[in-house]
Amino acid sequence: MKKITALLIITVMILTLAASGCKGKIDYIGEVNVCNWGEYIDESIFDDFEKETHIKINYSTVQNNEALYSLLKSGGSDYDVIIPSDYLISRLIEEDMLEKLDFSAIPNYSLIGDEYKNLEYDPTGEYSVAYMWGTVGIIYNTTMIDEKITSWGALFDPAYAGNILMIDNPRDAIGIALKYLGYSLNTTDEGELREAYDLLEQQKPLLQGYVMDQVFNKMEGGEAAISVYYAGDFITMHDNNEDLAFVQPEEGANWFVDAMCIPKGSDNKENAEAFINFICRTDIAVRNMDVTGYVTANTEAAEEYSEELDDYSYSVLFPSEEFLSKCEVFLNLPHDILNLYDELWVQLKA
Amino acid sequence: MKIKALSAPYILWMALFVAAPIVLITVYAFTTSSGEFTLNNFSRMGSYLPVFGRSFLLALIATVICLLLGYPLSYILSRESPRFQQIALMLIMLPMWMNYLLRTYAWLSILENTGLLNRLLSALHLPTLNIINTPSAVVLGMVYNFLPFMVLPIYSVITKIDRSLIEAAQDLGAPPANVFRRVIFPLSLPGVLSGITMVFVPAVSTFVISQLLGGSKSMLLGDLIEMQFLGTAYNPHLGSAIALVMMIIVLVCMLVMNRFGQGEEQAVIL
Amino acid sequence: MKKVSLVSRLFTALIFLFLYVPIFVLIAFSFNNSKSRTVWAGFTLKWYPQLIHNDTIMSSVYTTLLVSVIAALVATVFGTMAALGFFSMKKRWRAPLLAVNNIPVMNADIVTGVSLCLLFVFASSLFHFNLGFGTLLIAHITFDIPYVILSVMPKLYQLDHNLVDAAQDLGCTWTQAFFKVVVPQIMPGIVNGMLIAFTMSIDDFIISYFTAGSHGVKTLSMTIYAMTRKRVTPEINAVSSLLFITVLFLLIVLNVREIRQEEKLKRAARLQK
Repeated sequence: MKKITALLIITVMILTLAASGCKGKIDYIGEVNVCNWGEYIDESIFDDFEKETHIKINYSTVQNNEALYSLLKSGGSDYDVIIPSDYLISRLIEEDMLEKLDFSAIPNYSLIGDEYKNLEYDPTGEYSVAYMWGTVGIIYNTTMIDEKITSWGALFDPAYAGNILMIDNPRDAIGIALKYLGYSLNTTDEGELREAYDLLEQQKPLLQGYVMDQVFNKMEGGEAAISVYYAGDFITMHDNNEDLAFVQPEEGANWFVDAMCIPKGSDNKENAEAFINFICRTDIAVRNMDVTGYVTANTEAAEEYSEELDDYSYSVLFPSEEFLSKCEVFLNLPHDILNLYDELWVQLKA
Repeated sequence: MKIKALSAPYILWMALFVAAPIVLITVYAFTTSSGEFTLNNFSRMGSYLPVFGRSFLLALIATVICLLLGYPLSYILSRESPRFQQIALMLIMLPMWMNYLLRTYAWLSILENTGLLNRLLSALHLPTLNIINTPSAVVLGMVYNFLPFMVLPIYSVITKIDRSLIEAAQDLGAPPANVFRRVIFPLSLPGVLSGITMVFVPAVSTFVISQLLGGSKSMLLGDLIEMQFLGTAYNPHLGSAIALVMMIIVLVCMLVMNRFGQGEEQAVIL
Repeated sequence: MKKVSLVSRLFTALIFLFLYVPIFVLIAFSFNNSKSRTVWAGFTLKWYPQLIHNDTIMSSVYTTLLVSVIAALVATVFGTMAALGFFSMKKRWRAPLLAVNNIPVMNADIVTGVSLCLLFVFASSLFHFNLGFGTLLIAHITFDIPYVILSVMPKLYQLDHNLVDAAQDLGCTWTQAFFKVVVPQIMPGIVNGMLIAFTMSIDDFIISYFTAGSHGVKTLSMTIYAMTRKRVTPEINAVSSLLFITVLFLLIVLNVREIRQEEKLKRAARLQK
């Protein structure tokens, strides 16, 4: 009996301690389930949102678009706000998995730049509100690599074996291989895709690992010499380790937009729209940019942010027209090609 | 008698939450997303044989290492003073109460290229080791996490061996090596089998260790299944098929092992 | 006692070193004045207050404790009842039931997790509920009960029937005999079962990962998993230290009580001489 008593007493103590550390001071009138990418928001804004609207935010993150798609498809999750990338949005619209937004509840939509509205992935513009955009590029440690890197080929170079980190999602990884081989990111030619796969397969023994957000610690710590990731994240990494440099490869890259959407069947649609509206606010957008490094779609905020940047960061975040002309946006692919992607990816990792 | 009825709520629970899910997995394994019967999921598994092979190989290596480390440790502990045994047991159980993920994550600080181990080696002018992101790191992670699961059952059984049997053998003139080989070891087998099960099964199906320590390069069965449900390739039917096969293989392994052991003691856990 | 050789002592020491070095590294770096997990930059305590203010971590600690305590209690009650029920059955019925009972124990965590996930998703499309704390709790109870049963059953087998008969001969009703004779005899099994169930629940990751849904219900393991996939801050190390100290404290308390009880028995035995 003494064992149980001791256990119970201590557990109760811990429970009360933990509970007292928890917030309980705001009376919530509702909640909203948000799913985002890692390191993609300033989490201190949640407090502001909750204080202003009395809506509780349940925040979680997911690593890549494919994982998000699995979560939505499996039906076991019910997010109210998701922030997929362009190609996933077009897939979700095609498969009728998104709610149409009520823009009367999102007045701050007017602050979003016109160049981010009605893009190819959401032509009618009824399903999404652009959040942030950027490009993909190579990040390398200048103290560990002497040469100037200019091409995607560096990621496949045996000279850097054991020091290369590759991105851990199928479209980005296969896309990089395609770009290096000179093909389109959105090719539906099976031959080209298999060529890209072969390249990735040859690369695998040279890799230190496949990573997504783990790349932050690894690059900042000097654990690996070269990797590939998103421009905004590079700014954060650079802040923590000035030896890092960003490369906009000569073959071109992927230009992406991540936008906020509401999955079909969401129970908290109004709360979700309130959240989206909140994010579009200029002051909130600035805070998000400061913390994540990315550029938002809010025109005013972007201008404010660009003025704070030094020349190098500016060139990373706002690429030249010349580079942008070589970049492509991911489009949704036909069903059978998507299946091929799945198959190739699992085969590569296996 | 009325007592039997006490188990009724649990029997219902088992039907709902133990039996039904297994039936569901079997159904999913044999169907496509549109509900037709198919053996396609199983034939697709052929291309994942390397994953099966790797998982079983690494799990086997980890189990053997755990046995080689765990058995002597249990034996040594069983011969120490009771106070020492109590403290030692406490110390072995303590990491088990700390989070499994944290225990795995801890090795990153040590094994990374810029980690503590390599720093120490460089300081001593020794060559650095590149263990991280290799299958060896995964095995290390498995051994580290599951060693207590091997030690506890074996220790539990060894300490329960009737002292008089050992003394009788010694009285009859047997040298210590024979006493061990003929008396102690056979009697400790139920614990050994229990330990092997408790290490091999989680080792073959883990999915976090290979991601954290293996750099996501050596995909294991656990990763493969997770990918099909919540991960990058959504196909619960394929995932169910793989899970089903894994379950059957593990079941067969254990039935085989039970043939070797006496098989009556089920509660050799703690 | 028999002498234990130096080699054995060394071997034991090495293994304990192996078990604890990573934990100590974790704890040491929780005081690191930088975010690096490999480079020491000076001593600081700042990660601890930051941890307390981290709502995600604190609420997941709370969730974990809540789920584990409730699941362990429910599992103990139902498990003991079930063990009694099984025990009084004929072998014909008992054997298959025990076999089914063993499935969650024998099965790999991932199979249990994935199969329950399928069940819940399937049911949620029929009954319109969401995966969350409820499904998490159900999952935990499901894999806790078998451990309770496995802990109680052997004690039932060891039970001396004569004691129950004796109690009834001395005038107890069946219920009184049950509570005054049977229960105290099997109590060690019940308590052990509860402790094991609690341990299993606290440490579980895979099953929770698949059954907790997306409403922000997270156990500590799930939060840590999410943290390791992003940029990691030493808050994770601070969590480890606090966990370690708590568990150490708990185990010491439990063991001290046992030692004290032993001393009492020894003293009583000596007095009787």
